[in-house]
Amino acid sequence: MGRFEFYGQGLPAVEPEDLKGKLVVVEGTDGVGRSTHISLLKEWLESAGHAVVDTGMTRSALAGKGLKAAKEGHTLGSTTMSLFYATDFADRLEHEMIPALRAGFIVLTDRYTYSLMARATVRGADPQWVKRVYEFALKPDLVIYLRTTVDELVTRVVQTAGFNYWESGMDLRLGEDMFDCFVQYQGRLLTVFETMAGEYDFQAVDTSATIQTVSDQVKQLVAPLLVRA
Amino acid sequence: MKTYGKHRFPGRLFVVEGIDGSGKSTQLALLQKWLESEGYGTFFSEWNSSALVRDVTRRGKKKRMLTPMTFSLIHATDFADRTEQHIVPPLKAGALVLADRYVYTAFARDAARGVNPGWVRNLYQFAVKPTIAFYFRISVDEAMKRIVGGRDAINYYEAGMDRNLSGDLEESFRLFQGAVIDEYDRMVQECGLVVIDASLSIEKQQRQVRAMVTKALTGAKKDRIRRWVDLNSMARASRP
Repeated sequence: MGRFEFYGQGLPAVEPEDLKGKLVVVEGTDGVGRSTHISLLKEWLESAGHAVVDTGMTRSALAGKGLKAAKEGHTLGSTTMSLFYATDFADRLEHEMIPALRAGFIVLTDRYTYSLMARATVRGADPQWVKRVYEFALKPDLVIYLRTTVDELVTRVVQTAGFNYWESGMDLRLGEDMFDCFVQYQGRLLTVFETMAGEYDFQAVDTSATIQTVSDQVKQLVAPLLVRA
Repeated sequence: MKTYGKHRFPGRLFVVEGIDGSGKSTQLALLQKWLESEGYGTFFSEWNSSALVRDVTRRGKKKRMLTPMTFSLIHATDFADRTEQHIVPPLKAGALVLADRYVYTAFARDAARGVNPGWVRNLYQFAVKPTIAFYFRISVDEAMKRIVGGRDAINYYEAGMDRNLSGDLEESFRLFQGAVIDEYDRMVQECGLVVIDASLSIEKQQRQVRAMVTKALTGAKKDRIRRWVDLNSMARASRP
């Protein structure tokens, strides 16, 4: 079949032909509602008889805890952080996503390499370097991009968890306070996401509509993948 | 971002490389003693020593969770932390940084594990190019004899047991380290490693090392920088 392929060199000892499931990525910046839409999608898929595995950043058995602990401190440099995330991603790819795909599951992942590339790029990493680092990733079947604006994000964040250190990119000190930093940092992230949208064939969904409308659009994007399943 | 290239920092970076049992750490310790007695500020940095990353690596190894890819990435993460915290700042301050293992260890081991060599070199593009990288060349047989503690001291990943080359630990060590040596030999040309014959006497090797280092010290800061030395000993003391 050869339905799956890698972006570049790929993983040693993985044959993409053996992967029978579907890989669906939900991308978007912090606070855009990814986890809400993933749980709605998961429920819908499972009701329809599809086995689903969901995964997300910093959930790897290998590096998840260590990465969270490193972020609690104040010595985590930007290159170190990028590579820590890459390790976490590789562990989840090899130990969660690929085995599930081999077994024919639908893998729903909350973020993929794109968020990691965007964060590294915004922190001054050479985009070509970052791109090559993630060459071992599988090309997903579908990338759903939950699109938003900084204004919408601000409204949402104020009403929910409030501004947080990393989501405001406080390590970059782009503004005087957390609000200013958040606006600057998220603005830069969104710009990078938009440039990636074309290159990686993101299917964008506008998140300014109601949750129900957004969820329906998400399902419509996933539906064609299920025909052959 | 800084990419792998010749640095313009006032300090110097001296690196030792070679397989376990090659005697590289002994040589580096002797070099450090001498440099300090000459009045230079030195800073020692070794492989796998990042406080942020160490526990993850240790657990991954202990539980044998590491694949060639995650083995490669976690070591790169560790090295990035060392670069950002312990290599670049002292170099900027004019110190002599002494590194026990450097990017070449990753280039050799990861390639021996089947990871694409071009990918690994890209991964380490953020590294500072050393002033001199010494490669202590030794045969696997000779290295085996020197590993204190013999068989019990051979570690699972160091023996490449994750590669299923052989069910026997010593045999696997021989095969895997043999492949690592082939990779080092390839890098002599490619990366400009300075080869030291590790079968010579310790004194003779040290004389060669000091002669090379002396040439590279012209213009280096000679006032001993107390601060770096203190940080260095603190870092060592905090290591369990």
